[in-house]
Amino acid sequence: MSILIYAESAEGKFRKVAFELASYAKKVAESLGTTVTAVTINTTDVSELSKYGVDKVLKVTNDKLAGFSAKAYADVIKQAAQKEGAKLILLSSTTDSIYLSPLVAVSLEAGFASNVVGLPVSTSPFHVRRNAFSSKAFNITEILTDVKILGLAKNSYGIFENASALTTEDFNPPIGENDFGIKVESVEKVSGKVSIADADIVVSGGRGLKGPENWGILENLAEVLGAATACSKPVSDLDWRPHSEHVGQTGKPVAANLYIAIGISGAIQHIAGINASKVKVVINSDPEAPFFKVADYGIIGDAFDIVPRLTEKLKAFKAQH
Amino acid sequence: MKILVCISHVPDTTSKINFTNNDSQFDANGVQFVINPNDEYGLTRAVWFQEQQGATITVATVGGPETEPTLRKALAIGANDAIRVNATPTDSFFVAKQLAEVIKNGAYDIIIAGKESLDYNGGMVPGMIAGILGYNFLNSCTDIIVDGNTVKAIREIDGGRETVSTTLPLIIGGQKGLVEEKDLRIPNMRGIMTARTKTLTLVEPVDASVNTKAVKFEKPAPKSTVKLVSADNLDELINLLHNEAKVI
Repeated sequence: MSILIYAESAEGKFRKVAFELASYAKKVAESLGTTVTAVTINTTDVSELSKYGVDKVLKVTNDKLAGFSAKAYADVIKQAAQKEGAKLILLSSTTDSIYLSPLVAVSLEAGFASNVVGLPVSTSPFHVRRNAFSSKAFNITEILTDVKILGLAKNSYGIFENASALTTEDFNPPIGENDFGIKVESVEKVSGKVSIADADIVVSGGRGLKGPENWGILENLAEVLGAATACSKPVSDLDWRPHSEHVGQTGKPVAANLYIAIGISGAIQHIAGINASKVKVVINSDPEAPFFKVADYGIIGDAFDIVPRLTEKLKAFKAQH
Repeated sequence: MKILVCISHVPDTTSKINFTNNDSQFDANGVQFVINPNDEYGLTRAVWFQEQQGATITVATVGGPETEPTLRKALAIGANDAIRVNATPTDSFFVAKQLAEVIKNGAYDIIIAGKESLDYNGGMVPGMIAGILGYNFLNSCTDIIVDGNTVKAIREIDGGRETVSTTLPLIIGGQKGLVEEKDLRIPNMRGIMTARTKTLTLVEPVDASVNTKAVKFEKPAPKSTVKLVSADNLDELINLLHNEAKVI
């Protein structure tokens, strides 16, 4: 019995969540006295996983899986779990993994807990802590089935190096045609920009920025920090920014290390979506803005004055560090 | 075209979140319940199909009698009839199993469920229904066009979007984008009046294996107050982010 993780990649390279998942799996494996197996799909170089404690890789290479198909990928993960006799399967919380996880759970008749934060509270009985109520509470869930699946909330554990001797095995599970009921016709991706899901730092703007023509100051700040840009709901509703940048309760969730809110008052629906971020900074001219109640650091003042100066100072800081 | 919209009855976002019974249960006392926002986008899109393509809409939920006002609201918005599976939801698999049974008995072409509910944030139900029934399934769906038996749809992905084609029957995990917020329907008086006479069918639950169970709830530790930095001292902010918070 080993722990199985699905180490997700994009364009042939591991996403950071794969390393967080590997770090987490290693820690749990150590406490259970077992090993970590990762299944990879169309990733050429898998050696990086050994840095984070993966003992064995089941390497799947299949042209049919070149585009993402939740059902086919879930099928691969299921077959990998069966081959390894895995009793614990760990998945991440990317859009793709959230999509495929319930399919894996049903096919293995496994109890599935999503949004898990931190290590299991106990392993016998098996209790995990999960985010609930938009991070306003935790729900301790017991998984009662023999095979268990955890969906690890992004950025809730961290990445830790823990070298292991990695063995790699080619794995070619059969994939049926009925796994491809959904056909991907085209993919539109903003290239060269870090996505909100992958970003450690997110710089977000609200109506306080007054118009789409003023987004340059925010983009400059994001560039210096290597951050993704995001926006509040009114901004996306006004079409100042694309819907894909909308973060909040009905937009994308953010669980960044650092979230910088510029000209965002902090409506409860906005906070609900970004609350899982570790450190929150607010820049707002209104000292009564509700965002100050949830932020760690705040500056009261005019964003048009502060943000360009902050960008310059961060440039100088980055040059030295 | 027959559409089933799965409705989750959830506390309004502004609700105070408290627990009772030794922190084992959500305290619904004084809490306003609403249609889960992700489901509301799906319902409004279904109404669009009703108006444009003659679809009929059934809404369904799994819950006790306290969820009926939420179903009536969905009827007032435009659904043709409603089904309540008379059971207290225990976990996502239980809910998915009940809804799968409703779907098997109703031969729906499109099943829309919010990609996530605002209370437990599980994000599992639509996928689990798809797993149980083996139907085509598209999560995080932001647009859907149906022509006969063929479907073109858009899925939001990390950093962009993807256009897909598929066929009915189809399950979608819905969200904002299916319609825009400004297009959400507020029930009008006529809708509210007719909703009273629309059929709300009660069905008894089927057996489902108990895979997980909520043991208890905890609230996060109270947050310390914000540290204010002067706009004239941005170096201090950088210092705090670097040395104290260690995030840059």
